[in-house]
Amino acid sequence: MDESHENDALTNQRPSTEHDIADELNLKMKKYLRGKVNDLEALKDKKLRTQLTIREELYGKSAKAAAKAEKWLMPSEGGYLEPEGIEKTWRIKQDAIAREVDIRSASNQYDIVLPDLGPYTLDYTSSGRYMAIGGRKGHLGIVDMINLSLIRELQVKETVRDVVFLHNELFFAAAQKKYLYIYNREGTELHCLKEHGAVLRLQFLENHFLLASVNKFGQLHYQDVTMGAMVGNFRTGLGRTNVMQVNPFNGVVGLGHSSGTVTMWKPTSSAPLVKMLCHRGPVSALAFHSNGQLMATAGQDKKVKIWDLRKFEVLQTLPGHASSLDFSQKGLLACGNGSFIQVLSDASGTHNYSKYMTHSMVKGYQIGKLAFRPYEDVLGIGHSQGWSSILIPGAGEPNFDSWVANPFETSKQRREKEIRSLLDKLPPETIMLDPSKIGTVQTTRKEKKTKQDRESEMEAAVEDVKGRKLKNKTKGRNKPGRVAHKKQEALAKVKRPYIEQKVQEEENISSKKQKTSEEVELPKSLQRFARKKAAAS
Amino acid sequence: MKVKVISRSSDDFTRERSQDLQRVFRNYDPTLRTQEKAVEYVRALNAVKLDKIFARPFIGAMDGHIDAVSCMAKNPSQLKELFSGSMDGDIRLWDLASRRTVCQFPGHQGAVRGLSVSTDGSTLVSCGIDSTIRLWSVHAATSMDSSDSTKKTIEAASVYVWKNAFWACDHQWDGEHFATVGAAVDIWNHNRSQPINSFEWGTDTVISVKFSPGDPNLLATSASDRSITLYDLRMASPVGKMIMMTKTNALSWNPMEPINFTAANEDGNCYSYDYRNLNEAKCVHRDHVSAVMDIDYSPTGREFVTGSYDRTVRLFQFNGGHSKEIYHTKRMQRVFCVKFSGDGSYVISGSDDTNLRLWKAKAAEQLGVILPRERKKHEYHEAIKKRYRHLPEVKRIARHRHLPKPIFKASALMRVMSDAKKRKDDRRKAHSAPGSITTQPLRKRRIVKQVE
Repeated sequence: MDESHENDALTNQRPSTEHDIADELNLKMKKYLRGKVNDLEALKDKKLRTQLTIREELYGKSAKAAAKAEKWLMPSEGGYLEPEGIEKTWRIKQDAIAREVDIRSASNQYDIVLPDLGPYTLDYTSSGRYMAIGGRKGHLGIVDMINLSLIRELQVKETVRDVVFLHNELFFAAAQKKYLYIYNREGTELHCLKEHGAVLRLQFLENHFLLASVNKFGQLHYQDVTMGAMVGNFRTGLGRTNVMQVNPFNGVVGLGHSSGTVTMWKPTSSAPLVKMLCHRGPVSALAFHSNGQLMATAGQDKKVKIWDLRKFEVLQTLPGHASSLDFSQKGLLACGNGSFIQVLSDASGTHNYSKYMTHSMVKGYQIGKLAFRPYEDVLGIGHSQGWSSILIPGAGEPNFDSWVANPFETSKQRREKEIRSLLDKLPPETIMLDPSKIGTVQTTRKEKKTKQDRESEMEAAVEDVKGRKLKNKTKGRNKPGRVAHKKQEALAKVKRPYIEQKVQEEENISSKKQKTSEEVELPKSLQRFARKKAAAS
Repeated sequence: MKVKVISRSSDDFTRERSQDLQRVFRNYDPTLRTQEKAVEYVRALNAVKLDKIFARPFIGAMDGHIDAVSCMAKNPSQLKELFSGSMDGDIRLWDLASRRTVCQFPGHQGAVRGLSVSTDGSTLVSCGIDSTIRLWSVHAATSMDSSDSTKKTIEAASVYVWKNAFWACDHQWDGEHFATVGAAVDIWNHNRSQPINSFEWGTDTVISVKFSPGDPNLLATSASDRSITLYDLRMASPVGKMIMMTKTNALSWNPMEPINFTAANEDGNCYSYDYRNLNEAKCVHRDHVSAVMDIDYSPTGREFVTGSYDRTVRLFQFNGGHSKEIYHTKRMQRVFCVKFSGDGSYVISGSDDTNLRLWKAKAAEQLGVILPRERKKHEYHEAIKKRYRHLPEVKRIARHRHLPKPIFKASALMRVMSDAKKRKDDRRKAHSAPGSITTQPLRKRRIVKQVE
């Protein structure tokens, strides 16, 4: 008996575990499927339907293969921070983390204090290997983050407002007092880009090789760094701003303005793609999630808002100032304010951000720029007294792809990659709000309203007019007769377009009928006579 | 508190010795590759452009004949052997790999009009306007040592003299009969000096013949009375006949779908027919601006090559209305015969300028040994080109072909003429009683009648 029970239990268990494995695989597959499977049943063309079914099957198979290969290809697990008992993650200090982790990781916690040349801004290469730093007082440098060695530093002896790496660590651009300059790794000035003016903020679009800048006069410039052509030059018309961020998902540049609006730009149109009012006061910081669905904005109205970029709606409003915002690869949001840093996380995966970690710097340090280091659990902080780096477990993507961004790249691989990325350089026209639109069919056909729809619309309009109360007018103009007349007029006015449309359609139908009936009888050449006759009679 | 942070030691991610391969790590997460569709589109665009750059189809010319090349035959059992006959009675065996003459077959007094090799590759049949049929032993021609630089000549194994000049010949696919055409359709055996069977329908000269690859007893001929006739060897009389508005210069059966054959017509079009239904073409292949002189199917049956009097060679899909490729050189004159190579990867054309020309069947194909990495790249390019082929820019680049000026002008003129004709037809239709004028589709328009 016991044995049989055991067997039963085993047989009961086995399917459930298999089921679990399948569930897990499905969950992983979802990431690779790139959206829902199309509904092919609606297609009338049998051949096309079969072709598309086969293609969808292929997509499913490749997604499944990728999900299965994950186990072997992506061996490293991401970082995490788990509290025990009544511990709270945001109470855990950096010292406590440093005690727990290995020496190499602990070496990523440091403060570089350079009080004379600050405030500092910083930028990482896409692989996270190199960091460019720019001190306000003219201090520029490149640091290798793996062996923490300074590759080159130079003093340009004028204001530096922003630095940004170009496609690899060999070149970086610095926004200086009057002009924008491009330097190479050795610190040699390669170009002086005078057309940009006095640039406040810089961004580099890696896929397009475009250097985007916004200057003191609120002008947005796009320059192609391969050929040197100025691709776009737009006046924002919304005043001076130094809040600028590229949406990595689609290459759209977001600008935050002092009026509280956030505008989104592409290099091929002089008007913004999107203009949204986000705050009741100047926008102080802006960040985009790498999956392109979320945007975080911070305003002087003491609010940090998280937006859904698919619907352009607020998902969450959090209290607090933020002078700098940044999303990590895994979706953590860092907010810096004064000398205090708060990291928010979306623990449940439902776009509901809550406090994850906090960090306080020495009082008096003013945070200028926060940047998560790609592929590492590290947050870089540029502040008024130098720059610092802290550990944020679970921030970075644990598995890098050698062909996308390799932190351990050799010079030969870098050269190879440069050529590849130049071959795949995207034209500026490919920047659009929904990049998956490329290669799809443009639907221009308008939906035609049905008769019932139109009738109900008209009824609603009529009801609206009937319910409206007329204003009290001066003496003599408020007579009941006049009021009734006015009401009737308003009704007629509302009804007119619908009636006109109806008449038009009826005419169309009758003329069509006439045509067809005549066509049967007469050749085309004689039809004109027939029509005249019919009209006359 | 439990904590873990990402920590990578360089030793785990770099190679130990400089001889080692670089370590590669993959992560297929789509969020790491942003704008992947745009990148793919750009790659597809680059791939079609690369195709244009690498489109160098001409491999080389084979000269040796001293008069126009009139006919060719490929050896079904040997990939690199090709026979060609010329207007001065010279027959040559070519080695396609080295593009050199291996052997010559002298004997014909006038032009050689037909060449055909038996399926086992042992016998070459030639016929010409000197009213003779000559059988040659192919083994004797190829068995000689190739180190001998002096070209060898071979005597005909047997010579049959007949009453009339011959226009073409073709060997049965499975069996030892062959057919010659001229004043009549004669069926011959290897061993007899007289035809074993003879068909006649009308008085006009028959100009081409092709045995069906599916049924060894079925053959199709075309004659100068603009007809295409089907014969069955087992029957005493022809099976059926169809008359078109212009003459058919050559025929070719689709080897993979042996119910279908394509006719190269004098009006510059090719017409694909199902032999069971000759009152309507399955497809009309247009693009040549002058008479199509010869046609040959690829062994895959998916495409065929045509040679035309307009000095070009074109490649068509078996179901494509327009050509997918055009080959021309400044020196190539009227093309009289074309052949696909036995593996479907080369095309050979013979023309009025006494040369045979060897072309690649896929213009941009890379020749030689392809490394696995290269092959992968080619496959990737093929896939993305296929995926984005409908986009206007990709389509425009893929479709564009440079045409010689006379052809460009002639095709423009033909377009104008056909447009004018269509306009006129439309007007005529509009101005006459409804139903009195019916427009026939092009698939039917050129067919005059069908005779059973």
